Amino acid sequence: MSILYGFYTADSGQIEIDGQPAKIHNSADAIRLGIGMVHQHFMLVPTFTVLENVMLGREGGALLERGRAETRAELERLSCEHGLEIDPDALVGDLGVGLQQRVEILKALRRGARILILDEPTGVLTPDETDRLFDILRALKRDGVTILLITHKLREIMEVTDAVSVMRQGEMVGHRTPATTTREELAELMVGRKVQLDAVPVTGEPGPVALVADGLSWRDAGGALRLDRVGLELRAGEILGVAGVTGNGQSELLDLLSGIAEPQAGQIRLGERRINSGHPADPAEMRALGLAHVPEDRQHRGLVLSFSAAENVVLGYQGGERAGTGAFINPTGIRALCQKLMDRFDVRPTDPSLRAGGFSGGNQQKIVLAREIDVGPKVLLVGQPTRGVDIGAIEFIHQQLVDLKQAGCAILLVSVELDEILALSDRIMVMNAGRVVGTIDRAEADRHRLGLMMAGIAEGAAA
Amino acid sequence: MAEHWVDFLRLMDGTLRFAAPLILCAMAGLVSERSGVIDIGLEGKLLAGAFAAAAVASITGSAPFGLLAAIAVSMAMGLLHGFACITHRGEQIISGVAINFLASGATIVAGIALFSRGGQSPPLSAGERFRPITLPGVEALAGVPVIGPLYAELISGHNVLVYAAVASVPMVWWMLFRTTFGLRLRAVGEKPEAVDSAGLSVTWLRYRGVLIAGALCGVAGAYLSIAHGGGFVREMSAGKGYIALAAMIFGKWRPGPVLFACLIFGFLEAAAARLQSVELPMVGVIPVELILVLPYVATVVLLAGFFGRAVPPKALGVAYVKER
Amino acid sequence: MKIAPLPRWAEVGLIPVLNIALALAVSGVVIAMLGESPMAALVVMMKGAFVNPGGLGYTLYYTTNFIFTGLAVSIAFHAMLFNIGGEGQAAIGGLGVALVCLALDPVLPGALVIVLAIGASAAFGAAWALIPGYLQAYRGSHIVITTIMFNFIAAGLTVALLTGALMRPGQSSPQTREFAEAAQLPFIHDMLGWVGLGVARSPLNLSFVIALVCCVGVWVLIWRTKFGYALRAMGQSEPAAIYAGIPVQRMVVIAMALSGGMAGMMALNEILGVQHKLLLNFTSGYGFTGIAVALMGRNHPVGIVLASLLFGALFQGGAELDFEFKTITREMVLLIQGLIILFSGALAYMLYPLVGRVFAMVRGADG
Repeated sequence: MSILYGFYTADSGQIEIDGQPAKIHNSADAIRLGIGMVHQHFMLVPTFTVLENVMLGREGGALLERGRAETRAELERLSCEHGLEIDPDALVGDLGVGLQQRVEILKALRRGARILILDEPTGVLTPDETDRLFDILRALKRDGVTILLITHKLREIMEVTDAVSVMRQGEMVGHRTPATTTREELAELMVGRKVQLDAVPVTGEPGPVALVADGLSWRDAGGALRLDRVGLELRAGEILGVAGVTGNGQSELLDLLSGIAEPQAGQIRLGERRINSGHPADPAEMRALGLAHVPEDRQHRGLVLSFSAAENVVLGYQGGERAGTGAFINPTGIRALCQKLMDRFDVRPTDPSLRAGGFSGGNQQKIVLAREIDVGPKVLLVGQPTRGVDIGAIEFIHQQLVDLKQAGCAILLVSVELDEILALSDRIMVMNAGRVVGTIDRAEADRHRLGLMMAGIAEGAAA
Repeated sequence: MAEHWVDFLRLMDGTLRFAAPLILCAMAGLVSERSGVIDIGLEGKLLAGAFAAAAVASITGSAPFGLLAAIAVSMAMGLLHGFACITHRGEQIISGVAINFLASGATIVAGIALFSRGGQSPPLSAGERFRPITLPGVEALAGVPVIGPLYAELISGHNVLVYAAVASVPMVWWMLFRTTFGLRLRAVGEKPEAVDSAGLSVTWLRYRGVLIAGALCGVAGAYLSIAHGGGFVREMSAGKGYIALAAMIFGKWRPGPVLFACLIFGFLEAAAARLQSVELPMVGVIPVELILVLPYVATVVLLAGFFGRAVPPKALGVAYVKER
Repeated sequence: MKIAPLPRWAEVGLIPVLNIALALAVSGVVIAMLGESPMAALVVMMKGAFVNPGGLGYTLYYTTNFIFTGLAVSIAFHAMLFNIGGEGQAAIGGLGVALVCLALDPVLPGALVIVLAIGASAAFGAAWALIPGYLQAYRGSHIVITTIMFNFIAAGLTVALLTGALMRPGQSSPQTREFAEAAQLPFIHDMLGWVGLGVARSPLNLSFVIALVCCVGVWVLIWRTKFGYALRAMGQSEPAAIYAGIPVQRMVVIAMALSGGMAGMMALNEILGVQHKLLLNFTSGYGFTGIAVALMGRNHPVGIVLASLLFGALFQGGAELDFEFKTITREMVLLIQGLIILFSGALAYMLYPLVGRVFAMVRGADG
């Protein structure tokens, strides 16, 4: 897609648009050819208004005055035509993610896009917002716009697309139509072998309570309430899955439980230790209490990408015996530890001196997981364990978590992938707008029920 | 009463004269940093511009040529900075430090090569400098109380570059907030990805930013050597580039507040000479050096967040690399 | 076009050497424009720096300054902090030395005064860097700007003190009285004389040895201690450091303090080792050059020593240039320095594509 939108130039091959060969050297060329792109990470200036963001690049003259009025009119027209309501004078930085995405679509349409590329658009949307997006896409399709949807969500592909092309490791491996294929076939194409979907988790008898949180509340620096009286109970030998769309407080919950942030209200109990705003604990202390943490952002938090794999293997444990005796680091010891972990977790290439940034996403995640599991934690917090990981590694990681659970660890699994939650959890807690909507057993959970909860519709309330 | 007024006006007059180079450099830094390029090299561009102005004015006998030379040389240094930071994604602070060293060395080396006066330019004659301009109506208003002296002392009687400095503020403001170029420039300093994906060139926008900064510094340099002063003296920029940087941060990258900061700092310099031997109650005589460091202290106090946070443009200092 | 990464020796050795060569080449052009022969100038510089009697001593004396300021910048840089305040920290370090010596040299034995003075130089320098460090860590104030400001404040402070309270009584020049002879760092030429080796006089003194010891100390600290690991982790990725339970804010302050302390110790060379009194402007650009040294030395003590040697040779050779040629003065060195900073710092990666292509061609030819 970066080639289609002019960010990179292809080394070989060609592009044809409407039957004509096309040369795309930069985004301006792409735009001129009618290609518009809605990126995964929005290309919006947060300090500008919606109007200014939409104007950028096609201001209509050297002075802004005239352009503003014209763009405002155009924006209104497009809004009405496609049902994309938006306030032109709102600051983009203040808008929610769904609305920001809307601005991106409006930008592309205003530039006359006839080919619209959407890159993983639904990761940040509730199921409801996703439905609305798909309605919009279907309407655009009827207007003659060609839509390229990049997604790894099999369900979405089956639901909204007319044709699907599967890529694996930089190559095109198949073209299908949803009407004549199945999710299993697509998954097999994506991985290169048979994949088991919809596994039902092995449940056992949960043990004693390992971690309790109650009444946790937290406001961010801007004053927005991110966690609203959240409580949970985590037992040894179980996996509690936390489901919800990105941005509903799960990340903040992980920050609080791991010690990265301090609760402003409420408390956490881990073993004998009570953690609240009067007695905060930092991540080092939490680790000392037997808690391990596989963070959501492995690249910026879980690893120091410029450090070698060996050095990364003591990240978080650098103050203790694993790293060396006294005040000193023991490089040989660390290297040996890394080698051992790489062998056990099948990390490739098996080279402790290679920088972490040189490993693939799946192998990076395995390094982080290996590190956190090897210390033998009582409680493991895991955030988005298989984001950006190839399907082969996904299976391995899932198996590791199940094994760990059965060995008696208490695991809190946060994931935006409902399939993953359903595959691994014994109990499922759903969060919406910083609140716990409800906690149910796996046996009673299905996509529909969870989807409603994720949208904030509590059990028993009017739909 | 009238005496005090005139005295006060003279102080204000001095303020304006000391603030003029600060204003120009601060505006330069503002434009550059709003586009995302840190400019520690204001000092070097100022110095180089001062030298170029004096040297060319002396050789050609014409002040306007000196001004043009100053602008050209400063823009060239700005271009070098841009080349290092934008095209080669070098560390922007290092590039600024390099520019300052280069200016220090090159101005003296060139000065000695050209004039053999230990780095100074020959003293400039009247035609080779910008002289104070008497605005029309000074005579007519002379008798009017309050306004007469105000007009004569403060408003009239400056050289053209002072007026240019004051005018630069609304011009920069208008450019940044009322033109398409300004919108794009600000966007590139906050989120270059947005600009790139809109089909615009981040590189070209940033280059224009550093070139404008160079031009403004050139005018400031010319002011120092051929308007305010009577020739080039080694290291004559004397830290003014850094004070301008401080003023820019103090004014939170907005033209109006930055002007205000420059005026305050200019006032400190004007007042420092006067306060030199004055006994203040309880404190005694304050060494002039300590008064002169007040702008720096003020900036640190501001940065410590005691007067609200100074939030720079988001993409400041980060070289732009296309990423998917 | 994608370029294969260069082998490590090329990245660490070849590219920096090429960058310097480029800087020297441009300097050569400037010298030629002044009507002198670049080769002749180079020869004069080399002889002045290494061959002439006392030349090496002078070179190493300058090198000592650069080692201290280079180490200072590099410590901060491992935490991703730009300490531009070396000048001010060194000046205040000198103040510390002077205060200790002036107050204590009449009452305490010289050796003890020296030890205390070493401590004071580090402590005062650390204190001067501590405030910007604290402001960065706890108030978010940009360290580059605050350290630059503190340079100027330090300058103003020392001028005010040296023309006022600390000035040598009965004198009009801004400096303190000389320290007692026992409270001075011995010169290397004297020390070598004690063991029977005769070398030409130069300002090279014991602080050179102290600098080398600091190099070892810094290496151990950064790469072999848990503190160093935490520092580097924090510099490479602050979110990862927070995740790892590293107390980032505290570390920033400590890193700056260590950095400032190292810069403060530069004063040992000038004040305790050579001048034996406090005077104005003894830092004269060493602080800023420390930035170049740290950059060129890739923030590693070995590289820093090499880079310091280069700049030391440049300084000493530059003085010789001034002496030998009519049209070239010491300021030429500033120019060359600026070019080196430019090519090794800002344009450090300019030659990568070219060198990469050469390597690719050579590799292709091999096989």
